[in-house]
Amino acid sequence: MIPGDYVALAVILFVIGAVGVLIRRNAMVIFMCIELMLNAVNLAFVAFARLHGTIDGQVIAFFVMVVAAAEVVVGLAILMAIFRSRRSASVDDANLLKY
Amino acid sequence: MTGTLAGLPMRAASALPTLAAVGVQRTAWLMLVFPLAGALVLLLGGRRTNRFGHVVGVAMPFASFVVAVITFVAMLGYPASQRARDVHMFTWISVGGFHVDAGLLVDQLSISFALLITGVGSLIHLFAVGYMSHDPDRRRFFGYMNLFVAAMLLLVLADNYLLMYAGWEGVGLASYLLIGFWQYKPSAAAAAKKAFVVNRVGVAGFSVAIMLMFATFGTVTYTGVFGQASSAGRGTATALGLLLLLGACAKSAQVPLQSWLLDAMEGPTPVSALIHAATMVTAGVYLIVRSAPIFNLSMTARLAVTVVGAVTLLFGAIIGCAKDDIKKALAGSTMSQIGYMVLAAGLGPAGYVFAIAHLIVHGFFKAGLFLGAGAVKHEMNDEVDMRRFGGLRVVMPITAATFTIGWLAIIGVWPFSGFFTKDPIIAAAFAKGGISGALLGSAAMIGAGITAFYMTRVLLMTFTGHRRWEPDAHPHEVPPVMTSPMIVLAIGAAGAGAFLMLGNRFVDFLSPVTGAPPASRGLITPVSGATLALVVLGAVIAWAMYGRREIPVTAPAARFPVVAARKDLYGDAVNEAVFMRPGQWLTRLSVYFDNRGVDGLVNTLAATVGGSSGRLRRVQTGFVRSYALSMLVGAVLLVGVLLLVRI
Repeated sequence: MIPGDYVALAVILFVIGAVGVLIRRNAMVIFMCIELMLNAVNLAFVAFARLHGTIDGQVIAFFVMVVAAAEVVVGLAILMAIFRSRRSASVDDANLLKY
Repeated sequence: MTGTLAGLPMRAASALPTLAAVGVQRTAWLMLVFPLAGALVLLLGGRRTNRFGHVVGVAMPFASFVVAVITFVAMLGYPASQRARDVHMFTWISVGGFHVDAGLLVDQLSISFALLITGVGSLIHLFAVGYMSHDPDRRRFFGYMNLFVAAMLLLVLADNYLLMYAGWEGVGLASYLLIGFWQYKPSAAAAAKKAFVVNRVGVAGFSVAIMLMFATFGTVTYTGVFGQASSAGRGTATALGLLLLLGACAKSAQVPLQSWLLDAMEGPTPVSALIHAATMVTAGVYLIVRSAPIFNLSMTARLAVTVVGAVTLLFGAIIGCAKDDIKKALAGSTMSQIGYMVLAAGLGPAGYVFAIAHLIVHGFFKAGLFLGAGAVKHEMNDEVDMRRFGGLRVVMPITAATFTIGWLAIIGVWPFSGFFTKDPIIAAAFAKGGISGALLGSAAMIGAGITAFYMTRVLLMTFTGHRRWEPDAHPHEVPPVMTSPMIVLAIGAAGAGAFLMLGNRFVDFLSPVTGAPPASRGLITPVSGATLALVVLGAVIAWAMYGRREIPVTAPAARFPVVAARKDLYGDAVNEAVFMRPGQWLTRLSVYFDNRGVDGLVNTLAATVGGSSGRLRRVQTGFVRSYALSMLVGAVLLVGVLLLVRI
């Protein structure tokens, strides 16, 4: 295995996630895209850890997973609340907080 | 010190040492205390003192008069060179090198004023008991009048300029309060304000003069300033003289600060008699004569004084000719007569004594004339238009008689007072020599003729001819409380001039302070003959115009000179054009600069910040995805920068 391939894969996954966040309207899909970006980062961490022969990157990847889990819990709860009140999961509709 | 300055023979004044007062003169300060106490009791006592207020108000000036007479008699016991006595009261200000004692200077000049103020003042207070008897605020009136007497005595008795300044402001305050005594009348309130504002101009000059004295001499006492005056140089003396003249002009209603006096007639008539005829308006003359050692050093300042006097004496006389309001006609006359005094004071030692002599007899006859006018006004339901009088001689014989004596005194008919005091002034003006002497003398002589004209006019329109009264007027002779002061003043008006001037009595008395004038050349001179001829001419013209002909009830239309005189010779118009309008422009300019300049800068800054933040706010669209894009762009930029920096 070549670490460069893993990094390339991570970049591709991250770009897919970022584009997804920017162009999709559904909050659920945006969430999934964010998860994709996080996992792309995790992949990069692990790949670099392997490359340098240290364990730091792998540890950080576990932290990221924990934080992502917590974030998903809170985020999904907010999403549920918004969906209940507005009958919509589109992020473009939730635009009351503005100038 | 005897010397000649620019051809004028002069004996310099006030070089005499001042001794400490002894004996009864040590209590001279009681003169101030009595009226001050009266004012305090009446003004602080409130309504409780209403019942006896007028008694206190009359008793206090009279008590002062008694003290003044005792002080005067004690003074007569000293030889002429030792009559100036200093009464030390207390240390007033002592800050570093600045030390001012509150002390009274009792000398021949100040005691003459003190006797006039308290004597004539007491009589006018007595008159006011009757005149103000129907006024609910009579107690307050007497409180203010007593305050005035106290301040005026402080003005003339002070032994330094700073204390004199305190009195100067005190009489200004009393004048303001009394002109505006009927403050519910807008005209009275405006007149009071006008008098106050015009006097600010004069006070500016006076106070700068005091500062200059302190800066130059390090002291403000008369002895200190006069002792060093000759060492200060002619420039300083001229500056001091002109600044003091500015102060004198405002207080004494001299051109160009004359405009307030005619409006000041809004005050009750006793006020006009005491403050705006007999005493306060003569304070300017006192200031000039008291500052004689300064004026003696500066020909320029004295020339300015004589010009102001000569212009004002004609100015006031011309205004007096056209006024139908009896009090305003007399006010014009007051301006004119003080013009004579100022003219005399400007002639230096040759005129100081005559200025003061004329001032004293003017106090008698003008106060008497004003009280006569007040009595008439009192009986005619507050009517002051002389076209509505006429024939009052029959119903008010005593008033008419005293007024006639005052008339004879002011126009200067022998042997009445004016003859003895006005003719020496005219003669001294001619004796000044040169073109200026001839001009000043002619002005004074023509003024005498005009005086005869307007005073005869007043007398004829008021007391003779047909009755042109309002239908509801029922005049009677005023009660004795009002006639007795008029009679006493008429006696003074008749005899004071002869008493003072015959045998050089007053000249010898006053000359240690002011310097002696050259010996007079007898009573009947070509100048006095010509003056008397002009006086008779003026009186005859007045009789031809107002005695022989019927007087219309409304003023007939008139052409240029009369119209101008009716409008106070455009004094107010000049003030408006020269001071008021430019002042308004200046304020408008300042307001414009403030609005556009100062505020404009601040407002522009605020508007710029507000506008740009308003535009920047639009970035907060509420669209989450656009935020996400900006975050991404930002992160990419950040990473790019980091990479670049590392390279």
